[in-house]
Amino acid sequence: MSFFMLGMLILLAGGFVSLCVGRRPVPASLFGSASAVAGSLLAVIPSFQVLIRGVSESWQTDWTVPFGSFYVQIDALSAVFLIPIFGLSAVAAVYGATYLLAYREKNLGIPWFFYNLLLIGMALVVVARNGLLFLVAWEIMSLSSFVLVTFEYERPMVRQAGLIYLIAMHIGTAFLLVFFIVMGHQAGSLDFTKLSGTSSSVANLLFLLAIIGFGTKAGFMPLHVWLPYAHPAAPSHVSAVMSGVMIKTGIYGIVRTITLLGTPPAWWCWLLILIGVSSGILGVLFALAQHDLKRLLAYHSVENIGIITIGLGVGLLGIHRNSPLLAVLGFTGGLFHVLNHAVFKGLLFLGAGAVLHGSGTGQLDRLGGLLKRMPWTAFFFLVGAIAISGLPPLNGFVSEFLIYLGVFKNAPGGGLASAVVALMVAGSLSLIGGLALACFAKAFGIVFLGLPRSPLAQHAHEADWTMRFSMAVLAALCLLLGIFSPAVVLVFQHVLPEIIPFDVSPIQKELESASAILQHFVFASLLLLALTGAFTVLRKLLLGKRSVRQAVTWDCGYAQPDARMQYTATSFAQPLTDLFRIFLRTRKTISLPEGLFPADSSFHTESSDISERYLYAPVFQWVGLLLSKLQWLQHGRLQIYILYIVLVLWTLLIWKLM
Amino acid sequence: MTALKLLHPLIALAAAPLLPGVINRTKALFAGRTGQPVLQLYYDLWKLLRKGAVYSRSTTWIFRLGPMIGISVALLALTILPFGGLPAAIRFEGDLILFAYLFGLARFFTIVMALDTGSSFEGMGAAREATFSTLCEPALLIGLAAITKYTGSVSLSQMFSSLRFSDWGQAGPAFILVGSALLIVFLTENSRMPIDDPNTHLELTMIHEVMILDHSGPDLALILYAAALKLWLLGTLLIGIVVPVHSGHPALDVLIAVLCMALLAVLVGIIESSMARIRLLHVPALLIGATTLSVLALVLTAR
Amino acid sequence: MNNIADTIMIFLVLTNLALLGVSRLGTCIRIVALQGAVLGLLPLVSSGGHVEWHLYFFSAVVVGFKGMVFPWLLRRTLKEVKAQREIEPFIGYGTSIALGTAVFVLCMWLSSRLPLPKEPPSMLIVPVAFFTIMSGLFLIISRKKALTQVLGYLVMENGIYTFGAAIVERQPVLVELGILLDVFVAVFVMGIAMFHIHREFDHIDTDQLSRLRT
Repeated sequence: MSFFMLGMLILLAGGFVSLCVGRRPVPASLFGSASAVAGSLLAVIPSFQVLIRGVSESWQTDWTVPFGSFYVQIDALSAVFLIPIFGLSAVAAVYGATYLLAYREKNLGIPWFFYNLLLIGMALVVVARNGLLFLVAWEIMSLSSFVLVTFEYERPMVRQAGLIYLIAMHIGTAFLLVFFIVMGHQAGSLDFTKLSGTSSSVANLLFLLAIIGFGTKAGFMPLHVWLPYAHPAAPSHVSAVMSGVMIKTGIYGIVRTITLLGTPPAWWCWLLILIGVSSGILGVLFALAQHDLKRLLAYHSVENIGIITIGLGVGLLGIHRNSPLLAVLGFTGGLFHVLNHAVFKGLLFLGAGAVLHGSGTGQLDRLGGLLKRMPWTAFFFLVGAIAISGLPPLNGFVSEFLIYLGVFKNAPGGGLASAVVALMVAGSLSLIGGLALACFAKAFGIVFLGLPRSPLAQHAHEADWTMRFSMAVLAALCLLLGIFSPAVVLVFQHVLPEIIPFDVSPIQKELESASAILQHFVFASLLLLALTGAFTVLRKLLLGKRSVRQAVTWDCGYAQPDARMQYTATSFAQPLTDLFRIFLRTRKTISLPEGLFPADSSFHTESSDISERYLYAPVFQWVGLLLSKLQWLQHGRLQIYILYIVLVLWTLLIWKLM
Repeated sequence: MTALKLLHPLIALAAAPLLPGVINRTKALFAGRTGQPVLQLYYDLWKLLRKGAVYSRSTTWIFRLGPMIGISVALLALTILPFGGLPAAIRFEGDLILFAYLFGLARFFTIVMALDTGSSFEGMGAAREATFSTLCEPALLIGLAAITKYTGSVSLSQMFSSLRFSDWGQAGPAFILVGSALLIVFLTENSRMPIDDPNTHLELTMIHEVMILDHSGPDLALILYAAALKLWLLGTLLIGIVVPVHSGHPALDVLIAVLCMALLAVLVGIIESSMARIRLLHVPALLIGATTLSVLALVLTAR
Repeated sequence: MNNIADTIMIFLVLTNLALLGVSRLGTCIRIVALQGAVLGLLPLVSSGGHVEWHLYFFSAVVVGFKGMVFPWLLRRTLKEVKAQREIEPFIGYGTSIALGTAVFVLCMWLSSRLPLPKEPPSMLIVPVAFFTIMSGLFLIISRKKALTQVLGYLVMENGIYTFGAAIVERQPVLVELGILLDVFVAVFVMGIAMFHIHREFDHIDTDQLSRLRT
């Protein structure tokens, strides 16, 4: 625990130092990133200890705030979230050290101070064991990330994103506030240890509050609207942290709530699975329709949160039906995906940042051919793309595989319900997988392959070494987490008993069998890599002495091929977006060429969010209308406002004395 | 025992290029032509392997890596799939999921490879491939889930060895449904007739052929070989589920399985001779239909 | 477990789904005819061995009406009104099929909770009957042409008929024949009505008929 606290102190101190020298960009970046790396590496040590030993560490002290106590604890569940939080943040900080230098004219102390504060907030959220402390940490996290999102506040788009983010976060927090008030009212204290065992109707209410409150952070459809705005607006290393780990605090909240509420009724499980399925499929569909690289990645976060939630739902169903198999594989798959998503989504956002940094645009249809100009970034992005599409032999496949394995092994017996679970999970995961593959083949292919579609892409330059180093670390992790998955899965042996209220021995047994199965997978993966290597050597030998010529791409004999004739991202996705138009509601603006010598014509598509258009816009309009009726209260005179305050105080006083 | 495990990959490596030959011969028969020799693909492969290569200037190492991944995936899938009573070299619970996802890896590289050329034709083919294969995935996995639910085994090897002809009496309708769904998946994934026309000569109408327009020499040989192996792999999956032969004699089992593969090739030839390609816009409806068949099968086995 | 009855049920499900996904009116009529004809065989199969003469009679009447008379009437109407042969759905074909599948799973669940007076000859009969009724309703709701609505009505009747086969010990022939007669008259009347609508307005799109209310 002392390492953790020391790490927190370093983060705080480094942030302040960076703030003090903020006007000078290089020292500010240096202090900021160095303290973030050092603090994270120090603070993550206890998590590894807890995961290996299985003994949780805690620290408690009084706090003068009513109902509050400074009670923190690192148990195995917290540790599983702390490791990606600190790990990714450290890597992203190395990246940010040079990435932010592009904004020399700004005060760089501010983003670094709030970056460190964001880390402290996330870590505290995960370790807090008191409701009030939790809410304070939650607010620190939300507000510091808000400041980071609005880093480029001169751009109106960014300001709008910041506003949406702030409102969404506080709607979520409002639900959490109610959640903790109800919970504390039942138990008489806000310490988590005293919060168990409530009646079923209260538990149902609490569960729904948690789903909405934490779901807003995590980005469940349709609570995700802030995500596609906020993530692209933030600097790329911050997007990586926000998308990779910050939204996972929502998932952490839901898992923690599950441990507090006791035995789940069936509908909780089905609700979670349904949320997962809809977030997953709709998330990837909207990603497919995007034209901006970072916005595309943001929608993929919704998709991956969906996959994680499917895992949690399956695990919860296992608890409900007393099936260790389902519970172990569901939760392991879901939580493993938390880790994996942190790695590959972090990698992809850093890659997108390098593209943005090197070329100056994130518009897919203006990029192209970057592989020749940014070979390293391209390679790392490719690794991330394969991992996020859930393809073997990388880590993304493993966690999805575990969830599949759970529902497939559970399918025989159990009647219609187990068939329906298998149907929903296998059907949605395979569809999500296929769509994600299409989407990332598009993203990688359009951005890095072919010919440059604009001068910006033509003059792109490779990222510098700190940025490449960060991406290399994450790309290596994608492979290593896949290859060492049998060992990684066993790490969960201390985590699962925190969530699943069964005996330890069946949980242990299921985990070991899953680990044994994964060993076969690893063997197959290594075989695949060996085969590919062998064929590459074979091809080299075959072509070694023969003529290898260069020519133009086959163009059907057309004499003047042009980079603008290439297939674009929009046209690549068009068959799929048309097929799913019922969800996407893509708006097309077409002006067709006319006349004998057609001049200008244009085609433009826009897939704005359905929930935004059909749910939030009407609701907010309605609320706005309602509130405008109260406008007579606003006179703009100071005296009258003071009168209001006096009136309220008097009313309260009289009411209290009555 | 180890030698026995490697027998299926060896048989497949030797015999897979026969399948396109048989299909073409059947089509020729229907059209009243003599047709190309059954061994044509072997000649083609041999010729291509001895040639040099021409690469487009816009391509990168992705373009050269793609064919290697494709053939490696096909080889690895061969070691997972049992064939006519022969055991699979690699088998574990959940290998059917790996089997399905391996094709995903190959597809990713095929698409990316096509986009690497920067040609609009190949981009078009890539977009179609992405769309149709995406819709195939649920049909395949839900169909396999139905068989899993019925047999209780999560491994292809166990599944194949536990199926009997008597299961047709018990759950015949479910088997017909899964069989039809897998047949559609088989035709789509291998770019065969009602979905894609392998003999078309216009770039605008192709799906798979257009994506490999720029490949030449040994690269093209590996792609063609991998395509033949894919035909073999998905055919074996279909046959293993629909025709569960267990005669008790290993050699006889293998013989029957090879015969079934030949019959499947003839069936594909008949389908290609008797059907026109459906409009690309209507292909998704067919694939959604296949998924529906799989779903029905899964629900039916639930009783 | 009755395998033939099961097969008929699955055939019924597939024809329903096909109806949701098919775009041509002529094909739709043919599918409904096929569905009706196969359903006519159901009483022979589900009676369990001893088949009495009146069952044969009944079966023949059902096959005759559903498999031949109705389709003939409908096709005649189709020819007379010279309607476009495409269906024009409000909800797309792919979506309709997907929705249909979801509804089928729901029907399986519903029927597993439904108390029945006796064990039906096939466990599938009740869910499939539900599903057929739902498909009929879906066709009525989601398609524009008046003719498709008649088809939906027929499919719904098929569902009710199947449901009867599931829960009634012996087919009360008179009741069934009565229903059949009702349907016959209904189809007849609708055909005439459509003919007249067509003569007045030159089309049979129901969504445009709403203009009549002003």
